[in-house]
Amino acid sequence: MRSRSFLTGFLLAAGSAAGTVLYRRRAARRRERVELYFGDGSMVSLTEGSAEADRLLLHARELLAAARA
Amino acid sequence: MPTTARALADLTEISTQIETAVVFDREGTVVASTVDDEKAGRLAGSALELLRAAAEHRAKPDAEAEEPAQLDVALNDGSVFVVRDEDRLIAATTTPEPTVGLVFYDLKSCLRGLGEGQPKKPKRATSAAKKTDEKP
Repeated sequence: MRSRSFLTGFLLAAGSAAGTVLYRRRAARRRERVELYFGDGSMVSLTEGSAEADRLLLHARELLAAARA
Repeated sequence: MPTTARALADLTEISTQIETAVVFDREGTVVASTVDDEKAGRLAGSALELLRAAAEHRAKPDAEAEEPAQLDVALNDGSVFVVRDEDRLIAATTTPEPTVGLVFYDLKSCLRGLGEGQPKKPKRATSAAKKTDEKP
């Protein structure tokens, strides 16, 4: 009886942990972001929320809206 | 069909994720596009503004402002790509969450085809990768 409740608790904990990881991964993937690739092979990644990213995101939104207008 | 128009037609045919594409020069003059001229002009202008704004984010702080060779912006309702090949650029919009590597590959293949003056139908990376088995 005790081992059964332990197993149930363990499975619940493992399921919650896996669900949290999947949710966070999905949320991270859906965040708006800018990736800049330079000629020397370097790359800069900017995610929404920073002033520098928001400016570029604004330009990109205008471009996307113009394309779909 | 003109070379550039053919190259863009091939691009949108092979990459279903790409919705619109515009080829233009550094002055914003449109060379070819998948949309009408007025819209293409606006897209080219916005893409140039985006590229110039992006130049301020050079990876090395002590280096002079340098425009990126390529960029992608992932938005909730779609993505924007800009690829630069010397004086010729291509900007494209895609559906949400595209396969970034493949879109870049197709855009670069399109630009390269235009540069050679012979439109080549871009091939997927998978077919190109098979040739790596060949020894020189």
